[in-house]
Amino acid sequence: MKKILFSLILMITTLQLFAQNNDVEMADALRSNGKIYVVVICIVVILLGLLVYLFALDKRLKKIEKENLPKN
Amino acid sequence: MKKTWWKILGSLIVIYTTIAGLLLGVPRLAILNETIRNLYFHVPMWFAMLTLFSISVFYSIKFLLQGKEEDDLRAVESVNVGIVFSLLGLVTGSFWAKFTWGQFWSFDVKQNFTAVSILLYFAYLILRNAIDEEQKRAKIAAIYNIFAFPMMVVLIMVLPRLSDSLHPGNGGNPGFNSYDLDSRMRVVLYPAFIGWSIIGYWIYTIRFRIRSIENKQQHN
Repeated sequence: MKKILFSLILMITTLQLFAQNNDVEMADALRSNGKIYVVVICIVVILLGLLVYLFALDKRLKKIEKENLPKN
Repeated sequence: MKKTWWKILGSLIVIYTTIAGLLLGVPRLAILNETIRNLYFHVPMWFAMLTLFSISVFYSIKFLLQGKEEDDLRAVESVNVGIVFSLLGLVTGSFWAKFTWGQFWSFDVKQNFTAVSILLYFAYLILRNAIDEEQKRAKIAAIYNIFAFPMMVVLIMVLPRLSDSLHPGNGGNPGFNSYDLDSRMRVVLYPAFIGWSIIGYWIYTIRFRIRSIENKQQHN
């Protein structure tokens, strides 16, 4: 019985630790009203744009490589 | 070279890590707050740089063994792309530092030594451009590169760990690994390393292909 009580007390003290951890300020408001998704969408659009651009560059380069090959 | 699946894979991984990095749960830590998400974007830049510099050393060694001009060009272009990633890492790190450590540059050991190792690679490019004769240039540049790489690794990864640094994992500071909530971060961080390395490698292949076409035109 004592052991169980002791472990229970230990567990409760750790619970307090977790509660303390929650005081750290995070972007909870942004997350709760959903506005974080606006930021995510913007960043993903930029990233997608750059990646598509990279694919386009690659394609163009392939064309130039093909034109250059027969000469040599 | 005509296969594109790995380019698509790299793009998907990078997009995944960006979305997951912004939305998935992260540990609540004082001072760092939400900026801990920078870990997903700042550190992969350095990893991509390391990958590109490793590729460069590989081709430098290959050049010294076989003497093909192509390998020399590969070594240079991967250093070029690696430097871009290192500068991105430095700038993102500075911004992160401004809002967590208080200054853009706090003359932290790791900051200083990374600046030095970027200068090492600037010196590589300058040295290479300073020599006109092609064979000589390629050989000297390759040897320099083989010496620069271990110095860079020691400066960035070894020496900062031996003294006190603000960076986690160095000196008296614990690494991010030691936080028990870190397993949530691993599913984003490790793919980010791979994804950004693939993107870096892709840019390097594009640069190399342009360079070899230019090279052919010069010789004709």
